[in-house]
Amino acid sequence: MNTNGMAGARLMRWRYLKQTIFFTLVRASALLIVLALGGILFHIFYHGLSAINWEFITRPPTHSMTKGGILPAILGTIYLTVGAVAVGLPLGIASAIYLTEYAKQGRVIRLIKVGINCLAGVPSVVFGLFGLGFFVIFLGFGSSILSGSLTLGFLILPTIIGAAEEALKSVPQTFREASLSLGVSKWQTIYRIVLPNALPGILTGSILGIGRAAGETAPIMFTAAAYFTAKLPGSVFDEVMALPYHIYVLATAGTNIEATRPIQFGTVLVLVAVVLGIDLVAIVIRGYMRRNKRW
Amino acid sequence: MAANDIIQIHHVNFYYGAVRALTDISMQFEKNKVTALIGPSGCGKSTLLRLLNRMNDLIDQTRVEGEILFEGRNIYAPQVDPVEIRRKIGMVFQKPNPFPKTIYNNITYGPKLNGVPAADLPGLVEQSLRQAVLWDEVKDILDKSAMNLSGGQQQRLCIARALAMKPDVLLMDEPTSALDPISTAKIEELVEELKRHYTIIIVTHNMQQAARISDQTAFFYLGNLIEYNKTEKIFTKPDVKQTEDYITGRFG
Ligand SMILES: Nc1ncnc2c1ncn2[C@@H]1O[C@H](COP(=O)(O)OP(=O)(O)OP(=O)(O)O)[C@@H](O)[C@H]1O
Ligand SMILES: [Mg+2]
Repeated sequence: MNTNGMAGARLMRWRYLKQTIFFTLVRASALLIVLALGGILFHIFYHGLSAINWEFITRPPTHSMTKGGILPAILGTIYLTVGAVAVGLPLGIASAIYLTEYAKQGRVIRLIKVGINCLAGVPSVVFGLFGLGFFVIFLGFGSSILSGSLTLGFLILPTIIGAAEEALKSVPQTFREASLSLGVSKWQTIYRIVLPNALPGILTGSILGIGRAAGETAPIMFTAAAYFTAKLPGSVFDEVMALPYHIYVLATAGTNIEATRPIQFGTVLVLVAVVLGIDLVAIVIRGYMRRNKRW
Repeated sequence: MAANDIIQIHHVNFYYGAVRALTDISMQFEKNKVTALIGPSGCGKSTLLRLLNRMNDLIDQTRVEGEILFEGRNIYAPQVDPVEIRRKIGMVFQKPNPFPKTIYNNITYGPKLNGVPAADLPGLVEQSLRQAVLWDEVKDILDKSAMNLSGGQQQRLCIARALAMKPDVLLMDEPTSALDPISTAKIEELVEELKRHYTIIIVTHNMQQAARISDQTAFFYLGNLIEYNKTEKIFTKPDVKQTEDYITGRFG
C-alpha cells in the first residue's frame, strides 16, 4: 500500500512536469508567431511610414518611378481584387451548392473534391501562365483587368469553394426539411433558406481568398499588370499597375533600387492597408447580413 | 376502396440501404380522423410517416416497394412531383424547427412561394395562428424573431406554418415530446379541433395521449404492423398479446 502510494506520487509529479513542459512549449510557439508578426509589421512601418503622405497615395509615379505616388497601383489592385471576387464568389458558391446540395455523394464527388484541394496547392505562377495562354491570348482579352481578374478569380476559387461548402453544411438540416415539407421546391429552399443562412460564413472564409488575390504577383504578371502607366484605367480591357507587382519591379528592376527603398516599403504598407480595407468591407457586409436575418 | 380513406398503403417495404425498416405494411387512413402510430423506439413509425409526404426522398440510398395512394393516386409513381404532394400533406416535426425569420414571415414563407396573393397574407397569418391557438400570445410581436418564442410556442408556430398551406393531411411526429404538460395539453386540444377539417396522423410515445386524442391506433413492432384498430378497442381489448404488453408497459 505504502510503496504504491509513493509510486503514485512520483507518477503525479512526473505527469505534472510533463504538463508544464508541454504548456511551456505551446506558449513559446504562440509567442513566436506573435513576435514574427509584430516584427514584420514593425519593419514595414519603420521603413515605410516616412514615404507615406498625401501625394504618395493620390499621384502617379514620376521621375522613372523614383518619385511621385502610387495611385495607379492602388486603384489597379482594388480593381483586380474586386474583379477576382466578382468572378470567384459566384462560381465558388455555385460549385459548393452543387457539391453539397445536389451531387450524389460518391466516388466521383470525392474525386472532384480532391481535385479542388489540389488546385488550392498549385503554385500561383501556374495560374499566371494559364491566364496568359487562355484569357490573354486564346480569348483575346489581352493583358487587362479582365484577364487578371479572371485569373485571380480562378486562383481563389478553391478557397471560396471550401469556405462555402463548410458554411452550407453548417446550415441545420432541419431548416431544409421544414422548408421542403411546406411544398417548397429544392432550389427555392436553397435560395431562400440555406444560402441566406450560409452567406455570412461564406464571406468569413472568403476573406482569406481576398487577401490572397490582392497580394499575389505571379498570376497578374502576365495577365494584367503594367510595368508603368500613369494613366488610370478606362475600361476592363486596360492594363493596370498593381501594388504587389510594383513592389516587385521597384525592388528588382527599378532604375534605382537602393534609392527607392522607402517607396518600396511605403507601397508594402499601402498594400497591407488595402487588403485590410477590403477585408473590412467584407466584414461590414457580413455584419449587415447577420443583423438583417433577425435571428 | 372505402370512400372515406384518404391514404391507402398497399404492401409497402422500405429499405435504408440494405436494411429493411418496414415490412409489408398495408393500412389505410380515414379522412377527418386522428390516427395514432405507436410502438417501441426504432420500430419504423417516423419512417412510415416520412414515406407519406416523400420526405425519405432526401435520404440517399433508400428504396420503396409497394404503393401508397393519396386520394387514389400513387404518390410514388414516376410522374408525381413530390413538391406537390408535400403541399397537400403537411408535417410537424418532433423538435420545433421555426426558420430564423420573424413570426409573420415563418407563416407566410410557404404560401408566398406557392403563389398566394400578397393581399391575402395578413388574413392567412391571423387565421393560421388562431387555428394553432397562438394568436393571442403573439399578435403584438409578429415582427419579432420566432427564435425567441418558448419551445411550446415554437411548436404551435410550426403547426400554424403547416396549416397556412391548407393541407389535406397533417403528419405529426411526436409533436409534444419536447414540451411541458401545459403546452402538451394545448396541442392535444388543438388536434381535437383540427380534425374537423384535417386528417391527422400522429406518432406518439405517450399512451394516454394516443388514447385521448386518436380515433384509430396502429401498433408497430420491428418494422411490422402488428395491430390496427379503433383506439378504444386497442386500449381495452387488443387482439394481439404484444399490443397489450406494450400499452400496459409490460413490454420486453
Ligand atoms: N437515415 C437513416 N439511415 C439508416 N437507417 C435509419 C435511418 N433512419 C432510421 N433508420 C433505421 O430505421 C429504423 C426505424 O427508424 P424510425 O426512425 O422510423 O423509428 P421510430 O419508430 O420513429 O423510432 P423513435 O420512436 O425512436 O422515433 C431504425 O432501426 C433506424 O435505425
Ligand atoms: Mg421517430
